[in-house]
Amino acid sequence: MTQTEALKEYLLRLADSDMILGQRLCELCGKAPALEEEMALMNVALDLVGQARNWYEYAAELIDDGRDADKLAFRRDAHEYRNLLMTEQPNEDYAVTMGRQFFFDVYHYFTLKSLTESSDERIAGIAAKALKEVTYHLRRSSEWVKRFGDGTEESHRRMQDAVDILWRFTGELITPDDTDRVMAEAGIGPDTDQLAKDWRGMVNEVLTQATLTPGAEDAWMYMGGKHGEHTEHLGFILAEMQFLQRAYPDATTW
Amino acid sequence: MSEWRLYEVFVRSKHGLNHKHVGSVHAADAEMAMENARDLYTRRNEGVSIWVVPSDTITASASDEKEVLFDPSEDKVYRHASFYKLPDEVGHM
Amino acid sequence: MYAQLVETGAKRLKTKEEMSPEERDFQEKVDAETKIEPKNWMPEGYRKTLIRQISQHAHSEVVGMLPEGNWVTRAPTLKRKLQLMAKIQDEAGHGLYLYSAMETLGADRDEEIEKLHQGKAKYSSIFNYPTLNWADMGAVGWLVDGAAIVNQVVLQRTSYGPYSRAMIRICKEESFHQRQGYQILLDMMREGTEEQKAMVQDAINRLWWPALMMFGPHDDESPNSQQSMAWKIKRKSNDELRQMFIDQTVPQLEFLGCTAPDPDLKWNEETGHYDFGEINWQEFYDVLKGNGPCNRERIKTRKNAIDEGAWVREAAVAYAEKQKQRAQAA
Repeated sequence: MTQTEALKEYLLRLADSDMILGQRLCELCGKAPALEEEMALMNVALDLVGQARNWYEYAAELIDDGRDADKLAFRRDAHEYRNLLMTEQPNEDYAVTMGRQFFFDVYHYFTLKSLTESSDERIAGIAAKALKEVTYHLRRSSEWVKRFGDGTEESHRRMQDAVDILWRFTGELITPDDTDRVMAEAGIGPDTDQLAKDWRGMVNEVLTQATLTPGAEDAWMYMGGKHGEHTEHLGFILAEMQFLQRAYPDATTW
Repeated sequence: MSEWRLYEVFVRSKHGLNHKHVGSVHAADAEMAMENARDLYTRRNEGVSIWVVPSDTITASASDEKEVLFDPSEDKVYRHASFYKLPDEVGHM
Repeated sequence: MYAQLVETGAKRLKTKEEMSPEERDFQEKVDAETKIEPKNWMPEGYRKTLIRQISQHAHSEVVGMLPEGNWVTRAPTLKRKLQLMAKIQDEAGHGLYLYSAMETLGADRDEEIEKLHQGKAKYSSIFNYPTLNWADMGAVGWLVDGAAIVNQVVLQRTSYGPYSRAMIRICKEESFHQRQGYQILLDMMREGTEEQKAMVQDAINRLWWPALMMFGPHDDESPNSQQSMAWKIKRKSNDELRQMFIDQTVPQLEFLGCTAPDPDLKWNEETGHYDFGEINWQEFYDVLKGNGPCNRERIKTRKNAIDEGAWVREAAVAYAEKQKQRAQAA
């Protein structure tokens, strides 16, 4: 794999994960457990879709086949999507929503932090802006995980269930593949060992404070999103998200 | 009764300005109040600093006390800069 | 208007002579355009009317997220998605500003929301109509937010300080909403396919009359209108506001190259205003009574969100309590 190919692939991963998680949060519009949470969820969703747009724009320039950011977001099918499986998991209850957010935020935070020092200046620039937003996402989601874990009996049970349900998708966050390794070696992407170490460190710290038990490190992990092999959920997410673009393929302006 | 406590929110819009009351939020604790205030009242870069104060800890003057509390200062014109007439030559002060 | 048919409790207006000294003092303040603040003395009717009006306004903002939320997962481009998300978020925010203003009157937010969920509180009739195609996102921004802005601009001068300040903030933030909506329609009419243009006209056909109904029924000589005007909670009549809206909207409609579903709509040289057809008030009252297309779904969605979120809010309280105890023990 050449470095350029790996870079295109890597940018799509960043973009798609942001996009799909943003889409999941959009589904909660008007359905949050408190009005204040409506504001907060939409804030996070806005940040994520905004970041996705930045990554797509850069990816579109490198791919250079006439597709723009919108075409990349709205005209690729599930097998072409490169998002982490974690991000496409359904909202279920608010413990799952926040657990998903927390596991992803920790990964996102350390990834972006490293990307601010990327040898690719464009990436470093996008990451610097995104990092400020994601620092806040992480603060919020880790607080909710603690509130649930150390809140009532019911919230503790729900949060522990959420950790158990989501655990099998955490491996993909920190298990590097060839693309990740090429990016790391080029000084573009994060050091993969460091990322895994940082992720484990923070997740364990927060879960401990929340009186929750993490899954086993050697647990079976469900992976494949980064290569386009997704859970059954993604097809439905895209069917909804891409509806207009697919139903009116001749429309060039919206 | 509301489940979450009511907090009054004060925002400093720019460095060098006072915090100004902007409204209130509901929150389970001060930390959440701070975040909710940030999400609600500074969506358009309106702030550099936020205070949140539990509403029930604020003591406010009753309007009926206006005469007692504020009228006495009405005749203390020497507290206002415009009381001091300076010759034009002094320039702006 | 986001508040329709607000009950004031008045049977008729009191004369100055019939007022108590406090009431007279209050009315003089209002007449002199001095803002009434939370700690000022106010007639109980004024307080209750404001709670009804502001809560209705706040409920409208919150329920109003739903028809747009219906399309936020299906927005056609990244730009449109971001704009719509920001707009919906503003609506939640405006609901919160308004509830916050309402709470300065001693009302409790959770209690008022509970009334909404029990079907005992009103919200604007417009949000009981469905959003059936993407152009509805344009038409909602242009017509619904447009109608709301006409009313809210006037309400910036309402007599109650916290309500007036909330309105000022809301008007400032909402200025982009209407433009955003109009631009969606304009782009489709200018550069869209025939199918997209048909979508735009369809959206206008469905939302035109409901938007006009937002201002509420004709102002009669009802004591409620008179009392609200005397208290300067309301500053212009429903019909005046509706006429203002139509006069400013019809040229925009023509610029789009679309038509309104009203054969009687035409410029009147003599009055300097547009004439328009009679509104179907039976439909308006039906929708208010719960018989609109989406009344049931809207309330059900809101009620479920809050009911199913109970454990979330309880957990936050329990956690805060534990943290407090730990801090005290340390």
